[in-house]
Amino acid sequence: MELNDEKKINDSAQATESQMIINDVTVGDYKYGFVTDIETHILERGLNEDVVREISRLKGEPEWLLQFRLEAYRYWQKQKMPDWAHLRIPEIDFQGISYYAAPKQKKSNPKSMDEVDADLRKTFDKLGISLEEQMRISGIAVDAVMDSVSVKTTYRERLGEMGIIFCSFSEAVKEHPELVKKYLGSVVPYRDNYFAALNSAVFSDGSFVYIPKGVRCPMELSTYFRINAANTGQFERTLIVADEESYVSYLEGCTAPMRDENQLHAAIVEIVVERKAEVKYSTVQNWYPGDKEGKGGIYNFVTKRGLCRGDYSKLSWTQVETGSAITWKYPSCVLKGNNSVGEFYSVAVTNNYQQADTGTKMIHIGNNSRSTIVSKGISAGKSENSYRGLVKVSSGAENCRNYTQCDSLLLGSSCGAHTFPYMDIQNSTAVVEHEATTSKINEEQIFYCNQRGIPTEEAVGLIVNGYAKEVMNKLPMEFAVEAQRLLQVTLEGSVG
Amino acid sequence: MSKQEKELLKVTELRASIEGKEILNGINLTVNRGEVHAIMGPNGSGKSTLSSVLVGNPAYKVTGGSVNFHGLDLLSLPAETRSHEGLFLSFQYPVEIPGVSMMNFMRAAVNAKRKYFGEAAMSAGDFLKLMKEKREVVELDNKLASRSVNEGFSGGEKKRNEIFQMAVLEPQLSILDETDSGLDIDALRIVANGVNKLKSAENATIVITHYQRLLDYIKPDFVHVLYKGRIVMTGGPELALELEEKGYDWIKEKEDKESVK
Repeated sequence: MELNDEKKINDSAQATESQMIINDVTVGDYKYGFVTDIETHILERGLNEDVVREISRLKGEPEWLLQFRLEAYRYWQKQKMPDWAHLRIPEIDFQGISYYAAPKQKKSNPKSMDEVDADLRKTFDKLGISLEEQMRISGIAVDAVMDSVSVKTTYRERLGEMGIIFCSFSEAVKEHPELVKKYLGSVVPYRDNYFAALNSAVFSDGSFVYIPKGVRCPMELSTYFRINAANTGQFERTLIVADEESYVSYLEGCTAPMRDENQLHAAIVEIVVERKAEVKYSTVQNWYPGDKEGKGGIYNFVTKRGLCRGDYSKLSWTQVETGSAITWKYPSCVLKGNNSVGEFYSVAVTNNYQQADTGTKMIHIGNNSRSTIVSKGISAGKSENSYRGLVKVSSGAENCRNYTQCDSLLLGSSCGAHTFPYMDIQNSTAVVEHEATTSKINEEQIFYCNQRGIPTEEAVGLIVNGYAKEVMNKLPMEFAVEAQRLLQVTLEGSVG
Repeated sequence: MSKQEKELLKVTELRASIEGKEILNGINLTVNRGEVHAIMGPNGSGKSTLSSVLVGNPAYKVTGGSVNFHGLDLLSLPAETRSHEGLFLSFQYPVEIPGVSMMNFMRAAVNAKRKYFGEAAMSAGDFLKLMKEKREVVELDNKLASRSVNEGFSGGEKKRNEIFQMAVLEPQLSILDETDSGLDIDALRIVANGVNKLKSAENATIVITHYQRLLDYIKPDFVHVLYKGRIVMTGGPELALELEEKGYDWIKEKEDKESVK
């Protein structure tokens, strides 16, 4: 007991230590806003069939993949932008965007660090993402993606010995076409929605993960996305397959330069979880949010979905959303396997003129499938923050459970918090719970901190991190520190 | 120590209001280092307002007067600076902050003060030692560190936690706002012992209370009676005993008669 307590204390001391370091380096502005001056191969702006063909040609893709893209493109052309979200979306000129931008490297598919272009290496160093395996103490394997291409994937050989495939999507198409062909579009078909269709037509790169039967991935796998070039969109695609009785924890991070014009990011993440396998997917989303007047920033339209295909499979989404001018994102779980488990833990922070419409869908198909949703929305400034979630229990699914907790915290009086929960329960054996709260940041709490010497800005960071703790605790340690700092930075200047 | 060095707090003609209602009507009070002052008075006399105004609670508006705190114009300073400069309030109703561990909270407080004085942040090891040492002042166990600030604490634990924070921050002037309310006799003894252990010739304490009970444990040098926003009577410890026996009505009557004149 005694020992246990000491350990707890040490743990929290360490957490404070990191918090402190964080506070020291914290500056109010977006610190990832720099641009790397690097020679980039950019396709001319505009979108038509020739552009789709050109992307496919540049990537040296097989015919079946080109056909997949073309079908998606033709479908997309017939669709309209969705307008059901609680978002004011300015008209997007899809012909004004370039759909492919590749930093020029001396060699494609660099096998060692020496082959990675020095400027690219510096860019990722500056972002705190070391591409040198021996330099990394945390033991995370990284796939670094800049604009439309993957720059480098670390630890490939070591993971390969265990049969784990972790590589860029382009390489997967070349080296494991049978797997890509089998799973691509199997969870998010291109017909799923407007942005899924667009992504399916023009996606450039992303990560591919395959964990073989019975293998527990020994390190965190991570993809770091960086938009660098101007007037381009980023359309990456991630595909994760966890075979029976395997486990993987996957992290995703992202940043972009500060630019006055908006940039489009429309990604797809597909996850397949087989029998008794488990996937943890964590995101810290920090795309450039625009300036204090709402100028610039990333439009983030993302489709993320996992299929818990096998019995006793488990998929857990954890997201900390702090960036982007507009976020439209609903990481979902299709619980097909009996006794499968889906989880969604989310903190979404909006400040200034940011808008977020985010949440999840839990689709219960298997018997005894269970899902948990914990959503913490924090809005400040003139921002709008919405939770939108669907819990669906199909008629054949017996004894399903869902618990939803959905909290909103308001800082100031010019922001908005909205909750749109949908429930579609077709089976009477289901037990579905929904709890929701909305509160304003408590002046008494801030004053209590002030009286103990903690200035208001720091107090808000402390209180908000406490409010979001339940979700933050779900993040891997390496990410939790970054996420705590981001919450604080995002909210700077929002109170008092 | 010169008179000037000895004088820790000098309140002159302090007036304050909340939501337009005048609560303090010209408070005069001098507290020297090494002294314990008790402020007593009936409900609504302005006791809690006085402590809130001194520590800079933004809910109250100062409408006149001045406060000198060891040479500083106290009323011009933000609340956190008042804290760094050595002013501490033990809250009547300590505030809960869910999800924030006491450890993180105190670490932030200690390091904010160190930063103010241009010192480097305290190492994790030193901080743990400090917490352990100060915890013993109020007999708090080490589970405290991982618990959220005041969340789920019993009434007694909350008050002990206040005195624990006081021990860690080592203020020059501590104001105990009805620290005895909601305490059983054992908790009262622990809290009072803690306060007494922290007393020195350098610091001072203002004890705000309704009852004589706490003053059995924390011996005051001066007892002030607050009524309608003014200090209407000052005496030694015997005044508290007299109030306990006779209540406040005789003071009220006397004062109300005077104000009619």
